Amino acid sequence: MSQISNAKASTLAPVAPTPPLASAGANWRGSLEAVLIPIGAIIVALLLFGVFCFSQGANAGGVFGAIYKAAFGSWYSFQNTLVRAAPLMLTALCTALPARLGLVMIGNEGALVAGGLAATAAGLAVQAAPPVVVWTVMMLAGMVGGGLWITIVGLLYYKRGVNETISSLLMNYIAIALLNHLVNGPMRDPASLNKPSSYPIPDQKMLPVLWSSNVHYGLIFGIIACVIAWVLMEHTTFGFKIRMIGGNVRAAKMAGLAVSRLGLITCFLGGAAAGIAGMVEVAAVHGRANESLAAGYGYAGILVAFIARHRGLPIILVSTLLGGLLASGGILQRQFKMPDATILVFEGLVFLVVLFSDSLYGKFKIFKEGGA
Amino acid sequence: MIIPPPSPRPQTPPLLELVNITKRFGSFVANEKISMKLPPGSFHALIGENGAGKSTLVKCIMGFHTAEEGDIVIDGHSRQISSPHDAYQYGIGMVYQHFTLVPAMTVAENLVLSNPAVPAVINWKMEMDRLRTFMKTAPFQVDLDTPTGELAAGQKQKVEILKQLYLETKLLILDEPTSVLTPSEADEALGLIKSKVTAGELSVLLITHKFREVFGFCDEITVLRRGKFAGAGKVKDLTRDDIAAMMMGGQREARTSGKSVRERGPVALELVGLHANKDSGVEAVGGVDLAIQEGEIVGIAGVSGNGQRELVEVIAGQRPATSGEVRVHGEAYRSTRVESFNHKVFLLPEEPLRNACVPQMSVAENIAFRNFDKPPQTRGGCFISRKAIRGAAQELITRFSVKTRSTETPIGDLSGGNVQRAVLARELGPGTARVLIAANPCFGLDFAAVESIHNQITEARNRGVAVLLVSEDLDELLKLADRLLVISHGEFVYETTPAEADIKTIGQHMAGH
Repeated sequence: MSQISNAKASTLAPVAPTPPLASAGANWRGSLEAVLIPIGAIIVALLLFGVFCFSQGANAGGVFGAIYKAAFGSWYSFQNTLVRAAPLMLTALCTALPARLGLVMIGNEGALVAGGLAATAAGLAVQAAPPVVVWTVMMLAGMVGGGLWITIVGLLYYKRGVNETISSLLMNYIAIALLNHLVNGPMRDPASLNKPSSYPIPDQKMLPVLWSSNVHYGLIFGIIACVIAWVLMEHTTFGFKIRMIGGNVRAAKMAGLAVSRLGLITCFLGGAAAGIAGMVEVAAVHGRANESLAAGYGYAGILVAFIARHRGLPIILVSTLLGGLLASGGILQRQFKMPDATILVFEGLVFLVVLFSDSLYGKFKIFKEGGA
Repeated sequence: MIIPPPSPRPQTPPLLELVNITKRFGSFVANEKISMKLPPGSFHALIGENGAGKSTLVKCIMGFHTAEEGDIVIDGHSRQISSPHDAYQYGIGMVYQHFTLVPAMTVAENLVLSNPAVPAVINWKMEMDRLRTFMKTAPFQVDLDTPTGELAAGQKQKVEILKQLYLETKLLILDEPTSVLTPSEADEALGLIKSKVTAGELSVLLITHKFREVFGFCDEITVLRRGKFAGAGKVKDLTRDDIAAMMMGGQREARTSGKSVRERGPVALELVGLHANKDSGVEAVGGVDLAIQEGEIVGIAGVSGNGQRELVEVIAGQRPATSGEVRVHGEAYRSTRVESFNHKVFLLPEEPLRNACVPQMSVAENIAFRNFDKPPQTRGGCFISRKAIRGAAQELITRFSVKTRSTETPIGDLSGGNVQRAVLARELGPGTARVLIAANPCFGLDFAAVESIHNQITEARNRGVAVLLVSEDLDELLKLADRLLVISHGEFVYETTPAEADIKTIGQHMAGH
């Protein structure tokens, strides 16, 4: 009797005609939000840091100027920035990749150390081989070392339900203790007196620098890793699956996804990236494993990942900015008689403000689709 | 002049008037100049199709949205309600479509903590005494010591209603409260609420799709269509057809397409000695055996909370079976992606936003969940083609009338009915299903959409699909199923066919006798 009963059975009953769909570009407001909120957060953190400097009797404007100069003021200082940015890009991925699964993973420092240790051991074992072989073996060992380190955290989470944030944090301490044990014991080079270290990687087998500067190959590795991570998460079926799991595990299970296997692979990839950072620190900077490996790049990587909202390409940019900050630590001490740790205060402020700004997404009407 | 909310809260139902309420979201007008009047002690129905603007209107009353134009007048004074707390102060409370209980807390804790004036230190003995006294006069009984996370949808809904009564709400807004109740539970619940209304203790604004409830309980009715006022009147002056005409704008109620008589094929879906536990580790499904042939709809009836949810979750791969197995086309089926693709197993789970969607992913991406890893959505083996995903979604969105601003809108921003349509589009759109599992597929949909889903399920069966239909709506089961099983305490206790079905006998088995 009605039009509806005659309608094709595969069509839902007609309601109001669907309005023409807006084009995909309608989401630009969302992208703008993702850029403006972190920038706003960093500006707020700068202001707060200015207040802090003022309270320390330093001229805030002068401090900012000095930081800028020390970080980006000259090619030489920019090299220092890039040297520090490289491991940050890699360690940031250790937080950023599992974050897409909905995990808050902060085992970056541990994964870096584990990767560095594995790379050192492997590098020393094949040190007679040609450089390319040494680098390849060290790189693979670093990836496996860091990757397995975070995979342990993943296993604890997926098989036993252990909170990944707590366990990855504690795994950092285990890794550092293991490092100290090995360089004081089995791996110790008797010649390293003041600072117990492993035997050194032969000089000619160290990772070379780029363009006869101070910048080493780690920067290339970092950029490549971030680009791969970005393509993987945003443009592949694997990334699509990870985003499904991160958004709603129940829906992911209903769609037949192997949740824990995909989760463990992602944990491994995140750990592997931090492991490469450890390998780079050994093969390009220190030449050996010692306590300098645990220099805080892992913890700073957490900050980078959060500011970059766990997206691969922004991590490259944010790492460079933060690398600049780290590079400027010395100048504050020399020029303003402020303690070295001042830069850590700044880092901490940025972290707090960025975490706070996370709660602001969706709060501004101007960023809503069709809103104004 | 705006007067601050009264203190103390009213002891009798207020007179609520809405005058020319207009609410826009960007360029989209959700409510346009809607007026209605709710005198004290009335039972008022607010009806309309999905997306007609019912939820937006009551959210304006509750203070979640602020109307751009128009007045909310309470007892003759224009009032500003800018938060649910303001609404609470006026004695207005609401039961939502989505549950608002704290899953880890018991029913008693949920009830006590819902009070905005809960003291910092709770005298539990006193509160429990007060609760027990309250429960004596409560319309339905729920075990106070059970964590609400373990309750089934129907029981949660009851707790939500109890919560409002416990808060001494005087104007109760119910957003499709009976979707998850059995007909007799619904009648009981509404009947008891009705008695409070008749006694003058309560006014009710009921959002519903069910004419049975309108004619059974309501005094007055307001109809919305596409955000506009479409009619109102006293229920006793109106007929079913009048209301349907207002809702559909002249279109008539749809009819189910007939079931064809067809030879049933071989067994497609089999459950063999299936056991499963609740989250708490208590057994929910106690060894069920079932075989569904191709071209057959097997309906499972039961009071909510008797193991239906867990049963569906096992088949959907969301819950492990403790023993036994699921077989599809004779092979063991563990709901992996490859298996569900090869055997063409599709699902319409209950609470689709929670079970089948990723709220922050776009509508297009959600619609692609079944096929994002197959060409043309995938290129070069592992790369996602956003264009193909968008294109496929666009077609299904149009075909299934999903109302969304764009394909890229996060699906969590859509109304409940439209989320449901999007899931339907994904699961039934390709038309390739060979096994279909549907759990309360019509929860919260208007009758035209319900008819249409029923048509699709029947049509799928006629095509030879094996259908498992778990529903808490007995009418739906009697209409669609070829065989009907009753589940009670995790076991099938009774089997019949709709032709021979005796409602009384079914009811007794559902109740566990």
